[in-house]
Amino acid sequence: MKTDRPVNLQLFPQPFPALVSISHRITGVVLFVGVAFALYALDLAMSSPEGFAQAQAMLQQPFPAFVLFGLLFGLMYHFVAGVKHLLLDFHIGDTYPAARISAVTIVVVSILLTAALGVLIW
Amino acid sequence: MVTQALSLTRSGLTDFIVQRVTAVILGAYMVVVLGFFLLGDAVTHARLVAFFGATPMQIFSTLAILSTLAHAWIGMWTIGTDYLRPAHVGAATIVRFIYQVGCLLALFVYLVWALSLIWL
Repeated sequence: MKTDRPVNLQLFPQPFPALVSISHRITGVVLFVGVAFALYALDLAMSSPEGFAQAQAMLQQPFPAFVLFGLLFGLMYHFVAGVKHLLLDFHIGDTYPAARISAVTIVVVSILLTAALGVLIW
Repeated sequence: MVTQALSLTRSGLTDFIVQRVTAVILGAYMVVVLGFFLLGDAVTHARLVAFFGATPMQIFSTLAILSTLAHAWIGMWTIGTDYLRPAHVGAATIVRFIYQVGCLLALFVYLVWALSLIWL
C-alpha cells in the first residue's frame, strides 16, 4: 500500500447536496441518542396514570419540548432522506440535476412534516 | 486499513440489504405510532397501555426494536469506520474499538429496556 497518498481530498466548502447528505448521517446519530429519551418518556407515561400526567407535564416544559421537537425533526429528516436513498437504489433520481432537486426537496419536505407534527401536537 | 471484524454481517452487501429492510420496517412503525399519538382521540394512560399492550402491536414493537438494533449498528459502524481511521485520529484501532463497544452496550440497554416495556 502506498503510504504517501493524500489522506483527504480538499473538497470544502461542500456543495448543498453534500451537506444534505451528511445531515442524513448526523440525524442518524441524533436519533441513536434520541432512542434513550423516547424510551424514558414512554416508560414514564406507561408506568401509571400519575406517571402519564408527569410525562405530559414534562413535555410542556421548554427544554424537553425543544428536545422532542428536535428529535421529531431529526426523525422526519432521516425518514425523507431515507426514502430518497431507497429511490436511488432503483436508479430513480440518480443524475446530478435530479440530486440538486432532491436535496432541496428533502429539506423542504422534512421542515413541512415537522411543522405539521407541531400543529397536531400543540 | 480498517477491517470489518465488527460489521453486523461481515458482508457489505448483506449489511446494505439489512439496512434497507430495517429502514422500511422502522418507517412503517413510525407512521403507525405517530398516527396513534397525533390522529384520533386524545391519548390517555389507559389508551396508551392498551395500544402498546395489544398482541399485534407487541409483535410489531419487538420487530421495530430489533430493526433499530440492526439499523443503528450498521449506521454507527459505518460512521466509525469512515472517521475513526489512522488518517484522522491517533490510536485509531483502539479508539474505534472503544466507540464500537460503547455503541453496542447502548443498543443492548435499549433492547432490554424496550422489551421490558413491551412485554411487562
